Amino acid sequence: MLLLALLGVPAVAAVVAYALPAPGARAAWLGLSASGHLALVALAWFAPPAPVFAGWLALDALGLVVLSTVSGLFAVVAWYAVGYLRRASPRGGRAFASCLLAFLGAATLVAVSHHFALLWVGLEGMTLAVAPLIFHRHDRRSLEAVWKYLVISSVGIALALLGVFFLATAQAVAPGGRPLVLDDLVSGAAGLQPAWLKAAFIFLLVGFGAKMGLAPMHTWKPDTYGEAPPLVGGLMAGALTSCAFLGLARVTQVAVAAGIAPFVRPLLVGFGLLSLIVAAAFLIGQTDLRRLLAYSSVEHMGLLVLGLGLGGLGSYGAVLHLVNNACVKGVMFLAVGNVLLSAGEGPAPVLTGALRRTPASGLLLLVGLFAVTGSPPFGLFLSEFAIVSGAFQGGHYVIAFTVLALLAVIFVSLSARILDAVYGPAPAAARVAESPWLVAGPAALALVTLMLGVFIPGPLFRALADGAQVLGGWAP
Amino acid sequence: MTQIVELLLLLVALTNFVVLGTTRLSTCIRAIAVQGALLGLLPLALYPGGSLHTWGLAAGTILVKAIVLPRFLRWAIREAAVRREVEPRLGYVASLLLGVAAVAAAFAISRQLPLLEQAREMLVPVALATVIIGLLVLTTRTKALVQVVGYIMLENGVYLFGLIHVERVPFLVEVGVLLDVFVAVFIMGIVVFHISREFDSLDTTRLTELTD
Amino acid sequence: MTWSAPVALAVVIGMAPLIPGIAAKTKARLAGRRGPPVLQLYRDLGRLWHKGVVYSRVTTWVFRMGPVVGVVTAGLAACLLPLDGRGALITFSGDFVAFAYLLALGRFALVLAALDTGSSFEGMGASREVTVASFAEPALFLAFVALVLATDSLSLGGALGGPLVQAWPAATPALAMVTASLFLVLLAEGARVPVDDPATHLELTMIHEVMVLDHSGPDLAMILFGHAVKMTLFAALLIGAIFPRASLPVLPAIGILVAGLVVVAVAVGIVESVMARLRLTHVPQFLTAASALAALGVILLLVA
Repeated sequence: MLLLALLGVPAVAAVVAYALPAPGARAAWLGLSASGHLALVALAWFAPPAPVFAGWLALDALGLVVLSTVSGLFAVVAWYAVGYLRRASPRGGRAFASCLLAFLGAATLVAVSHHFALLWVGLEGMTLAVAPLIFHRHDRRSLEAVWKYLVISSVGIALALLGVFFLATAQAVAPGGRPLVLDDLVSGAAGLQPAWLKAAFIFLLVGFGAKMGLAPMHTWKPDTYGEAPPLVGGLMAGALTSCAFLGLARVTQVAVAAGIAPFVRPLLVGFGLLSLIVAAAFLIGQTDLRRLLAYSSVEHMGLLVLGLGLGGLGSYGAVLHLVNNACVKGVMFLAVGNVLLSAGEGPAPVLTGALRRTPASGLLLLVGLFAVTGSPPFGLFLSEFAIVSGAFQGGHYVIAFTVLALLAVIFVSLSARILDAVYGPAPAAARVAESPWLVAGPAALALVTLMLGVFIPGPLFRALADGAQVLGGWAP
Repeated sequence: MTQIVELLLLLVALTNFVVLGTTRLSTCIRAIAVQGALLGLLPLALYPGGSLHTWGLAAGTILVKAIVLPRFLRWAIREAAVRREVEPRLGYVASLLLGVAAVAAAFAISRQLPLLEQAREMLVPVALATVIIGLLVLTTRTKALVQVVGYIMLENGVYLFGLIHVERVPFLVEVGVLLDVFVAVFIMGIVVFHISREFDSLDTTRLTELTD
Repeated sequence: MTWSAPVALAVVIGMAPLIPGIAAKTKARLAGRRGPPVLQLYRDLGRLWHKGVVYSRVTTWVFRMGPVVGVVTAGLAACLLPLDGRGALITFSGDFVAFAYLLALGRFALVLAALDTGSSFEGMGASREVTVASFAEPALFLAFVALVLATDSLSLGGALGGPLVQAWPAATPALAMVTASLFLVLLAEGARVPVDDPATHLELTMIHEVMVLDHSGPDLAMILFGHAVKMTLFAALLIGAIFPRASLPVLPAIGILVAGLVVVAVAVGIVESVMARLRLTHVPQFLTAASALAALGVILLLVA
C-alpha cells in the first residue's frame, strides 16, 4: 500500500500541476506534494512496507537510503523553487512543475523497484522528465546542451537495456525463478551463466555510468549543468546520479553474489580512478561556476564507483557518500543559483564578492566549499575517509595515495574559484535583498550534512550497514 | 521456420549496410522503415504459435517503427528544409568496410557467449552487429537527423536481442522499448527542429559554443 | 573430359553477342520503344569484320595486339568455367585465380592499346577503367573465397560443380549474398549502368567505350565480341553459383544455363532502365558495397 502511495502521489501531482492555471498555485502545489512525499518516506522508516506485485516492488535498506536522499533533496528544491519562480520564471512555466514531479515519480520507481526492467524504465523516465527543464531558455547554448545530453543519455540507456537483456539471458539458463527480479537473481546467483553475466555487467556499467556522468561518458555534464537552471542542476547532481548509482549497485549486488567479483571490481576501480583524474584535470583553471560544480560531480561519481569497487569498508563509504553528496550538491547548486540570481542580467554579471552582496548565500557557498571538498566536520569527510580506508585495508596503497593526491588537487582548484566568488571584489552599493525561501533550503541541507559528519542516527546507520553488506562490504 | 528467420535477419543486416553506404537522406529513412517492418515480422517467425502477445507485439512494432517514425522523420526533413545529402565525417567506403568489420566482430563475440537454442543462432550476432553499426552511424555522421537514424538502429539492435525473451520477460519491456524509441526520437526531433531554426543548418559540428 | 564441356563452351561463346542485345531490347521495351533487334550485335560484328581498318600513324604493334589478346584471354577464361555444370575443359587447383587474371590480362592489353594512341580521351578512359577494375577485384575474389569455403574445393570445376550441389542447402544465404555481389561485379565489368552507360555519346562520361575509341574494322569487332564474352562469363559464373547443375543430365543443364543467361540479360536491362548512372566518385562506393556483400557471405560461411 505504502509503496503504491509513494509512486502514486508524484504521478497524480504531476498531472494536477499541469492543470493549475496560476504560477503561484503551481509553485505551492509543488512544495506541498514534495512535503507529502517526504512524509510518506519518513513513514516508511518506521513501518517498513511489504513487497507488492510478486516482489517486483519492494523497499530494502539500500533502496530506502536512496529514496530518502532523493525525497529530501527534492523537498528542499521544491520549496526553493517557490522563491525562484517568483524571481526568474522559466519559459516553460506550465510544464516546469509537472516535469519536476514526474522526475520525482520516476526516481521513486527506481528506488522501490526490484525488477531490473522497471528500474530501467524509471531511469529512462527521469532522463526524459529532466530534458525539457534543461532547455528552458530556448537559446543556442541550452539547445546545444540538451542535444548533447539527449544523445549521450539515450545511447547510455539503450546500452543499459541491452545489458538488462543480457542479464535475462544469463538467468534463462538457470532453472525456475522470476526473470530479472533482484531477489531471485541473488538467491539463484550460483546458477547464473558467467559469460552472459560479465557481458551484462559491462553494458550496464557503460549505460548507467553514462547516466551518472562517469568518465569517459561524462562529456555531457559540464554543458548540461552549465546551462540548466541551478535548481535543476542540483536535482540532477543529487538525485539523478544517486538513482543511476543505485542501478549500478544492484548489478554489483548480483555480480558479488554470483562470484564474479574479481572481474567486476577492477573495472569499477578503473572507471572511478579515471573519473577522478579527469575531474582533477578539468577543474584546474575552470571559471564558470556551474561547470565547476559539474566536474566536482564527476569527481564524486568517481569516488562512489571507486568505493563500490574496493569493497570492504569502501562499500559502506560509497553508500554514506551517496547521502552526503546529494546534500552537499544541493547546497552548492542552490547557493550558486542565488549568486547568479543576484548577479544581475546585464552584460557583466557580478560573480564575485558574494559575502558582501548576498551574505547568507555567500556564507552558504563558503560552507559548501568546505563540505564538497571533504573537510571535517562535514559528512563527506567521513565517507571519503571510509573509502580511502577501504583502499588501505585491501592493500591497494597506490590507489589510496593517488586518490589522496587527486583530492588535494581538487581542493585547491575548487577553493581558488569559490573563494574568489565569495571574497572577491564587489562594487560598492551592491547589497541585494535575499528572499528567505532561497536561503532556508540550502541552509537546512548544510545542517544535515554537518550532522552526518558528527553523528549518524541509529536507524540510518543500520540501513547503511545493510546496504554495504549486500554490496560485499562491511560497516565500521 | 529457421530458414525464414535467417532470411529476415539477413535482410536486416543488409538494411544496415544500406544506411552505411547511401548518400541520400531519404534512402536512410526508407531503409529504417524496411528494417522496422522486418523487425515486426520477426516475432511471428520466431514464435509460430501466434499467441495474442506475439501478434500484438508485431503489430505495434510495425506501426511504430515502420510507419510512424519514418513519417515523423520525413516531416522533420521537410520542416527543417535540409540539404538531402548525408554529409558524413567518415567516408562511405571506410564506413562500409567498418560495417563489415563490425559484423565480423559481432560474430566473433557471439562465439564467446554460449548458445541458447539452435533456432536463435543468428539472432545474437545480427543484433550485436546492428548495435555496433548503429553506434557507428551515430558517431560518424554530422547531420543531426542521421544521428537520430543511427540511434534508431541502435534501438533496433537492442530490440532484436530482446526478441529472445518475448516469452519469458513479459510485455512490459517491449512496451518500454517502443515507448523509449518513440519518445526519445520525438524529443530529438523537436530539438532537431529547433537546431535547424537556430543555426540554419543541421550540422552538429556547429554545436561547439560550449567548451572548456 | 566428356563431350558436354566443349559443346557447352561452343553454345556460350556462340550466344555471347545475344546478351547485350537482349539487355538493349529489354531497356527499349521498358521505355515504350521497339528497340533494335536482339540479333543486332551479330550483324554488327559481321559488318565490321568485312570493313577495312585504319591505324593511326603514332600507334605501334601494341595497338594492334590489344584486341587480339582481349578476345583470346576471354576465350581461355571461358575454358576454365564448368559451363555444363560438371567439369571445365581445363581444370587445375587454383584456377579461379587464373580466371581472374586472364580477364585482367585482356583488360591490361586494351589499356596498353589505349595508352599507345597518345590521345587524352583514351588515356582518361584507361585510367577510369583501371580504377573501376581495382575496386571490382576484391569483390570477385571474396566471391571466389566464399565458393571455395562452401565446397572445400580449390578449383572452379569443383566449386561450381558436384561439391556445390551438396553444400548448397546449408549455404544458401551465403550463396545468395555471393550471387548479389557477382551481379554488381557483372554490372561493373560489363560497363553497364550504374557504372558506365553504354548508350551515351559524350566521351567525357564514358569509361569503357572511350578507351577503345580509336579501333576500327575487325579490331573493333574483336573488342566488341571479347566484351560480350566477358559479360557472358560473369553471368555464367553467377548462374553457376546460385544454380548448381551437376546432378542434372547434360541437355537440361545446358538448357538451364541458356535460360539463366537470358534472365540475367533481362535483369541487366531492367536495372539499366530503373537506375541512373552513378557519379564517378560514387562508383568505388558501389563496388565496396559489392565487396561488403561478398564479405558477409564469407563471414556466414566461416561461422557455419
